[in-house]
Amino acid sequence: MKMKTLVSSIALAGATLVAFNVQAADTIKVGVLHSLSGTMAISETTLKDTVLMMVEEQNKKGGLLGKQLEAVVVDPASNWPLFAEKGRELLTQEKVDVIFGSWTSVSRKSVLPVLEELNGLMFYPVQYEGEESSKNVFYTGAAPNQQAIPAVNYLKDELEVERWVLAGTDYVYPRTTNKILEAYLKANGVAEEDIMINYTPFGHSDWQSIVSDIKKFGSEGKKTAVVSTINGDANVPFYKELGNQGISAEDIPVVAFSVGEEELSGLDTSPLVGHLAAWNYFQSVESDANEEFITQWKAFTKNPDRVTNDPMEATYIGFKMWANAVTDAGTTDVDAVEQAMIGQETANLTGGTAVMNKNHHLSKPVLIGEIQDDGQFEVVWETEGVVPGDAWSDFLPGSMDLISDWTAPIKCGNYNTKTTSCSGQNY
Amino acid sequence: MKNFLVFCGALFLLFSTAIHADSSDPTTPSSSMEAMLVELTKVSLKKSLPVLKKIEHESSEEMLPLFSTLLSGNLYYLKSDRSLLARVKQDGKTEYRPLFDSPTANNALTLSKRDVKKVKVNNKLRKYLRGAIARIQLTSKDIAKRQAAVRSLLSSLDSDTIEHIHQLRSQEKNSSVKNMMDVALNLYSAENATSDVARVSAIRHLEGSLENDVRNLLTKLTKDGQSEPVRQAALSALKSIDQQVNRYALVDQLFFGLSLGSVLLLASIGLAITFGVMGVINMAHGEMIMLGAYTTYVVQLLMPNHIDYSIWVAIPAAFLVSGLMGVAIERGVIRHLHGRPLETLLATFGISLILQQLVRSIFSPLNRQVSTPSWMSGSVEINPVLSLTLNRLYILAFALLVFFALLFILKKTSLGLNVRAVSQNRNMARAMGVKTAWVDAMTFGLGSGIAGIAGVALSQLTNVGPNLGQAYIIDSFMVVVFGGVGNLFGTLVAAFSLGIATKFLEPVTGAVLAAITVLIFIILFIQKRPKGLFPQKGRAAE
Amino acid sequence: MNLLTQLLSSSSKHDLSQEASSKDESGKRAFGKHTAPFVVLLLAVTLLASAANLFLPESSALYVSTYTITLLGKYLCYAMLALAVDVIWGYCGILSLGHGAFFALGGYAMGMYLMRQIGDRGVYGHPTLPDFMVFLDWQELPWFWLGMDQFWFAMIMAVFVPGVLAFVFGWLAFRSRVTGVYLSIMTQALTYALLLSFFRNEMGFGGNNGLTDFKEILGFDLQSDATRVSLFVITAIMLSLVFVSSHYILKSRLGKVVLAVRDGESRARFLGYRTQNYKVWLFVYSAVIAGVAGALYVPQVGIINPGEFSPINSIEIVIWVAVGGRGTLIGAIIGALLVNYAKTRFTAILPEAWLFALGALFVLVTLYLPKGLMGLYDQLKSKYRSASDASPDSNDISSTNKEANQ
Repeated sequence: MKMKTLVSSIALAGATLVAFNVQAADTIKVGVLHSLSGTMAISETTLKDTVLMMVEEQNKKGGLLGKQLEAVVVDPASNWPLFAEKGRELLTQEKVDVIFGSWTSVSRKSVLPVLEELNGLMFYPVQYEGEESSKNVFYTGAAPNQQAIPAVNYLKDELEVERWVLAGTDYVYPRTTNKILEAYLKANGVAEEDIMINYTPFGHSDWQSIVSDIKKFGSEGKKTAVVSTINGDANVPFYKELGNQGISAEDIPVVAFSVGEEELSGLDTSPLVGHLAAWNYFQSVESDANEEFITQWKAFTKNPDRVTNDPMEATYIGFKMWANAVTDAGTTDVDAVEQAMIGQETANLTGGTAVMNKNHHLSKPVLIGEIQDDGQFEVVWETEGVVPGDAWSDFLPGSMDLISDWTAPIKCGNYNTKTTSCSGQNY
Repeated sequence: MKNFLVFCGALFLLFSTAIHADSSDPTTPSSSMEAMLVELTKVSLKKSLPVLKKIEHESSEEMLPLFSTLLSGNLYYLKSDRSLLARVKQDGKTEYRPLFDSPTANNALTLSKRDVKKVKVNNKLRKYLRGAIARIQLTSKDIAKRQAAVRSLLSSLDSDTIEHIHQLRSQEKNSSVKNMMDVALNLYSAENATSDVARVSAIRHLEGSLENDVRNLLTKLTKDGQSEPVRQAALSALKSIDQQVNRYALVDQLFFGLSLGSVLLLASIGLAITFGVMGVINMAHGEMIMLGAYTTYVVQLLMPNHIDYSIWVAIPAAFLVSGLMGVAIERGVIRHLHGRPLETLLATFGISLILQQLVRSIFSPLNRQVSTPSWMSGSVEINPVLSLTLNRLYILAFALLVFFALLFILKKTSLGLNVRAVSQNRNMARAMGVKTAWVDAMTFGLGSGIAGIAGVALSQLTNVGPNLGQAYIIDSFMVVVFGGVGNLFGTLVAAFSLGIATKFLEPVTGAVLAAITVLIFIILFIQKRPKGLFPQKGRAAE
Repeated sequence: MNLLTQLLSSSSKHDLSQEASSKDESGKRAFGKHTAPFVVLLLAVTLLASAANLFLPESSALYVSTYTITLLGKYLCYAMLALAVDVIWGYCGILSLGHGAFFALGGYAMGMYLMRQIGDRGVYGHPTLPDFMVFLDWQELPWFWLGMDQFWFAMIMAVFVPGVLAFVFGWLAFRSRVTGVYLSIMTQALTYALLLSFFRNEMGFGGNNGLTDFKEILGFDLQSDATRVSLFVITAIMLSLVFVSSHYILKSRLGKVVLAVRDGESRARFLGYRTQNYKVWLFVYSAVIAGVAGALYVPQVGIINPGEFSPINSIEIVIWVAVGGRGTLIGAIIGALLVNYAKTRFTAILPEAWLFALGALFVLVTLYLPKGLMGLYDQLKSKYRSASDASPDSNDISSTNKEANQ
């Protein structure tokens, strides 16, 4: 009898505890850390809406683990220190289970120490320069080898380009990408004098002399192409100047890594027709999944003119994978989800399957598109099969020997294969 | 309707092959061309090049519409019978007409997007198409087209083409086309002639030409294992060409500088009024420019079929919008802060934040698309190494026009007289019966309105977005302060000298360092001469 | 200038100087009244919050989270920055639109020290070079990074670099008698030039990404609560020290001359004071405070990047001071705390509306609250007093709007 009471009271206590726990966490919280004001709002609000759309869709399907999802949106206002502060707010005040966020590298770098300190989980959906692999971040955008190198291969092999202009905005993504490309081109026998590198400040608007230099560089008899890592706002005046100085895509094609459908929607594309962009996704790709996604997006934003773009697909893939990983792990616990993420597969919107690798980067197909006069891209080339994202470039002296592997026994984001050591982890 | 179309197509093909029959292989059946055209709609992008080559080989001028329509990306076909259509955009409407109809024939088809499909084209095809068009146009009646055709063939000369050009040259009457043909012939023989003498003489003839292909060939001839006389001739020809090229490069750079200067002038000239004449630190000046740019966008939205004229509507509209906003700001805020310049600075900064957020809320934070009128696109080519872009040229002229108009207003009109009177001595002016409050509002409106006009011009060069104004505000202040506050001519000189200095620094230091250098120079200059280049004369005490 | 205006202006100046002297007395009262209680209050709140963070369990209702502590620490750094601006704007009439530059320079000095502390624990494991230099292929540490691994040296740099820059800039500008709006625009150009320079990757300061991923300071783990709380407490103590020292400087004879310069520089000069010297040294003092604030800010927010140089940031500092009430040290602090708290709340609730609110704040404060909240407080108080005393002292209030508007 006594025994029975004891057992039942323990059971009761346990039940209350469980009930309490359920009470406390009857929703799964999804943090959204995208700038809604300031300079980056242009790009990032789209991604915020994408996450909200995915959350809504998931909830319609009954949520996850029997719980509804709840989106917690904060605004880091394009202010880099605020990313760290708002990240901390999401993790400690709101106690979110996952964060979708960041666009610029500096915002990711800012929030990264907070994620590692508080063991949070973030999905980063934008193409970036690589050279990073954190236990707490999954990178669903393209690494340089999933965008820049295939694009250069296309120009080299299909268009027989022999001279290269690497033009970029002066920040870390173009710097790193151009370093990698320079090494790659030289390794492929391109001479020093056939590579021209040029950096401009953010928002550069007077491109006269640079375009004229490019024109001169391209008029010396060898087929020339521009590899552009020019950022956001500086693109419009750049392309306008190209058009006005009479440089057409047949003469000197420009392949861009930061110009997508959303950026094109702000400019008159007729002088740009034929210029190229390399992405893992284009809105124009015809597939059922993509069509459904586009329809859903237009309905969600209540705007039939809204376009979709690559970082949106990256957000989509990241969200789907996370949902699957949570289901597989049966919990939202960060460590369990992190392990369950590796090896997750999700159908791409453009066909094929994206796989999450051990280095927290995706394997994805790479597409090259030509700009059309309606602001869309026409796919002219794609890789055969998928390309696994490489966290550490093989073409930089500093990172040649580094690999990232988050499975046992290595469990390290920057494992040096030569010295077999793992440096500078925050845990 | 569709039957009619097929009929038309068939009729055309019959007709074209009939002409064709005398000039080329008479055994070609009339259906072969039709078959090829149908094939063009079927093959994938990669395989369409051979088809096009075959078409070119077996036809002549009558296929020009096919090539040019394909080049511009307007070639479509009817899904039902695969007959080719040209998409025509007219008055904002898109319509499709049978490809080989004369453009005046009024037989546009009313088709929906679903009935037709685009014939795809990529850079490789475009390149080929240009060459094909050039080859066809060698016999064109238009002199400019003939010349352009010869020129575009310079980079891909082969013996067939040379023979063709040789033949044509004997009949050619126009001297400039003849010259261009000579260049082509000399270019070919400089490389391929059998005797050194012929090659050297060809090289000598090339000396005056600035064409890229000439320079590239000469460079090649100086390097390879050429015979000594050829190498020497090439070297000396190259030297004289390079001298010329360098001279033109300097002109080019000067033009870039003037163009940047004109942008600075436009951006700062309104500020020269509000800051220079009235002494008001208008931090919302950039937003006045932004409002002008957005006005251009709205005007283009309202008249989508008349983009070419939209600018003429946008200029007065932008002047009004920004001007009225300026008057409102003056009446609502600045009036109350008279004689407290530092506080107007803060208040107008607040206004600039509000205006930015306002356009962000109304037009979304995304950049808006402003089209360039066709007459402003492209460039005037003075010679092969010097071409001036039209939009920059127009903006340069426009900036000067605005400047002198403003000068006229200030010097010759009664408003200008009042403005100057109030700026020189407010109390005395008031004592003489000048309505100073009204003059203040008008002056501020004028300065803001001119900023709006600047926005129209800038919308042709850069992004139209909420941050447009911020990009120019610091530069504008620098120009006005550097030139000397209250001196319009100072602003003019400052704008152009800063523009030219930046453009001459840029190739040496790079764009970023050039901007920094110029800034630091201005800071140091102002420490040395606090009143700028042209200080306002007067006995005003410290 | 004609006679009439000269008369007018000289008479208005006359008013001002009279007023200034009367204000000086009221100022003295204000100093005496607010300084000690404020410092005590500040330190007490700081200690209570710290204790609540360290010793209370997380479930307690009184628990103060680490998030709140870092937020408060950040606010206090901003308050110190606002104080720096107030010292020269409110007391000397120099409106600097470039104080963010001194703040950021101090921050970079601290950032460089923290970067060097990482040592070989960077992702590439390089013994001396920071990560961003390794992957951009730098071969060796640039000369200006040398010595920054020593805390004392870095801290000297944190005050020395802003100080020297302020000295050179101020010496050139004040000697040439660049005043008023010209000076403001030049300070803005200065911070803009620095912004562009620090964005350049060749400069060796990490370009747009700046410096981040710090690990420890003086051997203490930056991620631990104890370190965060200590930094917060140190910030509060530094703010108190700066507050008190500014108070004494401005109360001294030097402070009186400074006020005279604000209200009538020519007169002060005619009286034989080398006004430019006073201005230069006050400017340097202010820049040094800003540098210290920056150095304290960086370890608490965990990143320093060129964005801190952007002219908008510097203008925002001015509005903190204007809201709180320039010319009163306590006003600057209150303004900075209030506006930043509002910003944190506002951007969380209505991100779109924040710029509207901030913009409107600028306009309304300049139009209706030229002396800020402190002015409003004084006004209300004297109104209350005059109502109770029935002996109106309105002279003081009606003329307050005019002063310090050089």
